[in-house]
Amino acid sequence: MGFDLGSRRQQEKEISGCGIVGILNKKGKRISGEIAKQAICLMNDRGNGLGSGFAAYGIYPDYKELYAFHIMYDNLSAQSEAEEFLDNNFKLEKKEEIPHRDIPAIHSQPLLWRYFVEPKRSGIPKEMSGLEDDDYVVRAVLNINASVSGAYIFSSGKNMGVFKGVGFPKDISEFYQIEMYEGYLWTAHNRFPTNTPGWWGGAHPFTLLDWSIVHNGEISSYGINKRYLEMFGYHLTLLTDTEVVAYLLDLLIRKHGLSIPLACKVLAAPFWKDIDTMPEEERKIFTALRMVYGSALVNGPFAIIFGHRRGMVGLNDRIKLRPLVAASEGDFAYLASEESAIREICSHPDKVWSPTAGEPMIAELDEQVD
Amino acid sequence: MARENRTVHINARGVYYRELNDQIRQCMRAGAEEIFLDNINGQYYIGSGLRAKVKIIVNGVPGNDLGAFMDGPTIIIKGNAQDNIGNTMNSGKIVVHGHAGDVLGYSMRGGKLLIKEEVGYRVGIHMKGYKSQVPSIVIGGCAGNFLGEYMAGGILVVLGIDQSEPGSCVGDYLGTGMHGGTIYVRDEVEISRCGKEVGIKKVMLAEEPELKEVVADFCQEFGLALEPFQQQYFAKVVPVTSRPYGRLYVY
Repeated sequence: MGFDLGSRRQQEKEISGCGIVGILNKKGKRISGEIAKQAICLMNDRGNGLGSGFAAYGIYPDYKELYAFHIMYDNLSAQSEAEEFLDNNFKLEKKEEIPHRDIPAIHSQPLLWRYFVEPKRSGIPKEMSGLEDDDYVVRAVLNINASVSGAYIFSSGKNMGVFKGVGFPKDISEFYQIEMYEGYLWTAHNRFPTNTPGWWGGAHPFTLLDWSIVHNGEISSYGINKRYLEMFGYHLTLLTDTEVVAYLLDLLIRKHGLSIPLACKVLAAPFWKDIDTMPEEERKIFTALRMVYGSALVNGPFAIIFGHRRGMVGLNDRIKLRPLVAASEGDFAYLASEESAIREICSHPDKVWSPTAGEPMIAELDEQVD
Repeated sequence: MARENRTVHINARGVYYRELNDQIRQCMRAGAEEIFLDNINGQYYIGSGLRAKVKIIVNGVPGNDLGAFMDGPTIIIKGNAQDNIGNTMNSGKIVVHGHAGDVLGYSMRGGKLLIKEEVGYRVGIHMKGYKSQVPSIVIGGCAGNFLGEYMAGGILVVLGIDQSEPGSCVGDYLGTGMHGGTIYVRDEVEISRCGKEVGIKKVMLAEEPELKEVVADFCQEFGLALEPFQQQYFAKVVPVTSRPYGRLYVY
């Protein structure tokens, strides 16, 4: 634990627990990834070098009408197979390698490419026709991830992108030159994998469309959540529990039309004993939510930040088994596993507080911001 | 060592916790009695395992596990603190001039923890005491759920200064699994929100010498008057049996 200054110090590695960060400018002003890097790097010891990543919103203003696919390939044949699928189903505006620096700390990286695309309107396979754009993209992403061996679409939103891999936050941010990107919303993650593999596709954030999730904790309801999602056509392919949260949010909010606060009350449902003491109207709503969405309840310890095009939400499990701190200063809203990570980039916040267990901390762009 | 050298300042900006704790020990070996840590931000384990009568003043927000296993020092934090401070501490004093996080005083078995503002979840979990070893935690603000969970000894006090409404200054599951020690809450406490192992009665400060002593210490540390705390009832939460599970595995 660091207090014994004897010979053990060299092999010690006992601190554990992932670290998460979220930064939003409510006026939509874009800030450099350098800021997100500084905050997550302060919590370096919360990870063990087996994964970190960033989600950034507002980084592709020149292509903001197009879906930006970030794809990792294990080999060239995976790339050609996936690109054939993309060619058949999408109009390709631009294709390029995701810029990165070669640094000694990062090795065994997959091939990393990005594509700016829009769904094709004609000459597409029958199973893809008649879908709304977002549904079309979801089907394509899940399809490639499930059936093209060695290809993983790890980012598929508009005007946003995820950069992640195996390494400490400092190394991953240097690798991707994260300081080059400017976004109005950043989330970041430092991973300490406990019971799932530390691999490039398993680093956080997890995304679908413009939903992105960073997560500290473990989801013990993974099996139930996974089977529930499969009934709606979501295939879970990334070997990490956090993936379910991204798809649950897509299902609850985009497909079923729940508000963000209600969706949070599905993931972290109030206990029955608390529902029993609610006023009549509320009791009916929460009883219905638990009855309908029992299989979408996320159990186990968690602190998550989910990002979307209009803002971010921080949420803890119902008995607060993982840390989460919120702060605000002027137009900025912050979330992090530790207060010090926020103070590293905002030394004098107007307000600092810990959200109540199971109660979402919601920060959004001002209404007039486009 | 000359008297003026007994006070030292360490600029901790960007210094990793191991190096920082090394520097603290070096200063102590050289005779320092008062050590200021300036520009602290997030360093874990500050003062952990120290066994000495030294005073450490922290300027900034220190990281988790401050004062863990500590035996004797006084640590004054001129700001907020994070999680797990005073973990298994044996003696000494930690003062926080702001709020603090979750799981404070975990398995604490001696010494004092004074927090000026509110605290998070699971504070005082598994505190314990034995004879002259009586750990105490005094919280100026309010506390989250699971306060005093599995508590086995010591004193845990919540003053609820500036609380928003009556009944709001402690959360659910108060004293769950508690089988020793005492929790005092200057507020109304509903038995339905407590663990099954506890009972509650109303007391005044004047009736409880051990409560009065720790609250007086709190007031002195933060420059507050004791008087207002003498006017109101405290809910005194104690275990109803010292062996809540004594009948669990017997026929």
